[in-house]
Amino acid sequence: MLLEAKKLHLKFGAIAALDDVALDVTAGEVVAIVGESGSGKTTLLRVLAGQMAPDAGAVHYLGRDVLGMTEAEHRRLIRSDWGFVHQNPRDGLRMGVSAGGNVGERLMALGARHYGNIRDEAQAWLQRVEIDSARIDDLPRHFSGGMQQRLQIARTLVTRPKLVFMDEPTGGLDVSVQARLLDLIRALVRELGLSVLIVTHDIAAARLLADRILVMRRGQVVEQGLTDRVLDDPQHPYTQLLVSSVLAA
Amino acid sequence: MSILLRTEGLGKTFTLHLQGGARIPVLAGVDLAVRAGECVALSGPSGAGKSTLMRCLYGNYGAGAGRIMLAHRGAELELVSAPPREVIEARRQSIGYVSQFLRVIPRVGTRDIVAEPMVARGMTRSDALSRASALLDHLNLPERLHDLPPATFSGGEQQRVNLARGFGPGYPVLLLDEPTASLDAANRAIVIGLIHEAKQAGTAIIGIFHDAEVREAVADRVFTVEPMQDAA
Amino acid sequence: MTEAGYNFAYLDEATKRMIRRAVLKAVAVPGHQIPFGAREMPLPYGWGTGGIQVTASILGPQDVLKVIDQGADDTTNAVSIRRFFTRVAGIATTETTGDATIIQTRHRIPEKPLTENQILVYQVPQPEPLFKLEPRRAETRRLHALADYGLMHVRLYEDIARLGHIAKAYDYPVMVNERYLMSPSPIPAFDNPKMHQMAALQLFGAGREKRIYAVPPYTPVRSLDFEDHPFRPIRAPHACAICGSTTSYLDELVTDDAGGRAFICSDTDYCQERQEAPKAAAE
Repeated sequence: MLLEAKKLHLKFGAIAALDDVALDVTAGEVVAIVGESGSGKTTLLRVLAGQMAPDAGAVHYLGRDVLGMTEAEHRRLIRSDWGFVHQNPRDGLRMGVSAGGNVGERLMALGARHYGNIRDEAQAWLQRVEIDSARIDDLPRHFSGGMQQRLQIARTLVTRPKLVFMDEPTGGLDVSVQARLLDLIRALVRELGLSVLIVTHDIAAARLLADRILVMRRGQVVEQGLTDRVLDDPQHPYTQLLVSSVLAA
Repeated sequence: MSILLRTEGLGKTFTLHLQGGARIPVLAGVDLAVRAGECVALSGPSGAGKSTLMRCLYGNYGAGAGRIMLAHRGAELELVSAPPREVIEARRQSIGYVSQFLRVIPRVGTRDIVAEPMVARGMTRSDALSRASALLDHLNLPERLHDLPPATFSGGEQQRVNLARGFGPGYPVLLLDEPTASLDAANRAIVIGLIHEAKQAGTAIIGIFHDAEVREAVADRVFTVEPMQDAA
Repeated sequence: MTEAGYNFAYLDEATKRMIRRAVLKAVAVPGHQIPFGAREMPLPYGWGTGGIQVTASILGPQDVLKVIDQGADDTTNAVSIRRFFTRVAGIATTETTGDATIIQTRHRIPEKPLTENQILVYQVPQPEPLFKLEPRRAETRRLHALADYGLMHVRLYEDIARLGHIAKAYDYPVMVNERYLMSPSPIPAFDNPKMHQMAALQLFGAGREKRIYAVPPYTPVRSLDFEDHPFRPIRAPHACAICGSTTSYLDELVTDDAGGRAFICSDTDYCQERQEAPKAAAE
């Protein structure tokens, strides 16, 4: 059991952002949290990643109490075992640092001291995320949105984190760009055996990537299970509504 | 020969909340068993629940009642109550499903799509790709299509990709939902050949065969799915 | 009371005690920045108020003070500060490195190796080595606390990627005692190796930023680099035009408006000593 959360409650004033939420992720699993705006899915992700404290409940990573960790322990975890892919790549990149520097940073933070090796690894990762490695010295502010997002993914995965949190990684991107990104994420997850917790409002993306899916509405998990089962045979009225609302191309 | 898949009192009722909670019972009390090397054809009128039964067997639909016992890793796995992780593992190892429709993954070439489940089952990538090519050739899919993503393929071409994907890994249990629906006579014969080969290798097969010729060629027995009366 | 009617060395005793406490803390945690309550000094920020406050706090009546600015004893700033301490402390001053007990410096380390009986006080404009990379103070404090210095290595990586070499010619970042990243103040990178295992106590004062830090004697100080781009101290490849030294750090002087230049030792006392050496030998 990689990540385990129980009885999470969080209120913003009178609004229940999380209402008795439980969730777990095992090694090698991709879990999608879907829901519409205001469902609480992003709040849930933030609480699980230790970025926000809930009013009640517990989160454990490999048996360690995430919410009770000191800031130092938490930051160490974020830098080594975990990765976080932000919806807006600008939140997860250093815009004033070259692509190579962005990818190499985590390596250097963990002690890598050979410039040539760091650069080679950065170049390999750029290729892996389909960025022309000739752009290794370019600044991300000169990249398209899709490229920035792919760079963020490279930067996050370079240290082979055990668990990756993704917050709407394809939000705001053009459809063709989204397709490419989803395919890339899918391939990397398989190749690296990553465990991923992905928040998305895009059900098709969830179907493509996730082993399991949680459907959230107004802070509650209304249904969860095998992705294709939940999407093809939804039980909860809200899930049925959600699935029937998706337009087929 | 041993039973590889059996159901006990399997039932499935759909509740359509968007239609005021209308309840549609489709399956009730289904007891089915399939042995290694045996092919059982599901028969019954359209809408009787044949596809629903198939999907329940694969875990794609959640059965409302009863049990599904699958031979998996030397033991019996009860699929209805199994956690998602175990269902995924069972699908990787022990049970395959060939549907009529191919859900397309953008940008991935046909050969890779076919090879993927074989690699997941433990084959090396190069072996899987070779076997994928061989199967696609056997199914008369033109070579030039092998590296293209199948999004733009015709129905018949997509079906052949599905078939290659389903027959490639050598699952002990295989579910075939209208495997020859979009194929011409020559390719139907090839599929019949694949089914015979699989049976000889000990595969337990459950199939929906709309085509009588195919059904007669491969089925050892028929299991009839009776339509249920609608609940009030 | 001294000639000018001030307490010894200008600052009141309570202030000196507070600064000494900061200095002790700094010495206890080499390379770590200690905040202190900097006072209003009779010269503006940017002119060495931090260095002066540190010197004032450690100065005793028996001390001999040397003040240098970019290696020279005779620039306006060095002269002013030396005169200031003469007036408010009445202590002896000197231009000879070997005779000083306290040396206050702006942006250079003397060429002559210092001893255990000496203290080097640096004037520091910006104590935070990560400032240009991470302007948020709260964040840099966390980075130091977690020894999370990847950011600085990124900066060095960027230099090599863009320019082929690390471009920091002065204020070159160092790791002190293999724990804290420190700004050595804007001394030339050439001087960094002198900090390593120096016999003298090194104190750093930043008046505007109100921070004090220290490197105790015989502390390891390592300039950051990469295994395949090792740190190399760089000086102009010339001999001093006056004393002929090929190992000291040189200033480049423009001598005329026809492009003429001369290179002479930045450390005036060192140059002087070398000039007098053959005469002394001859005597």
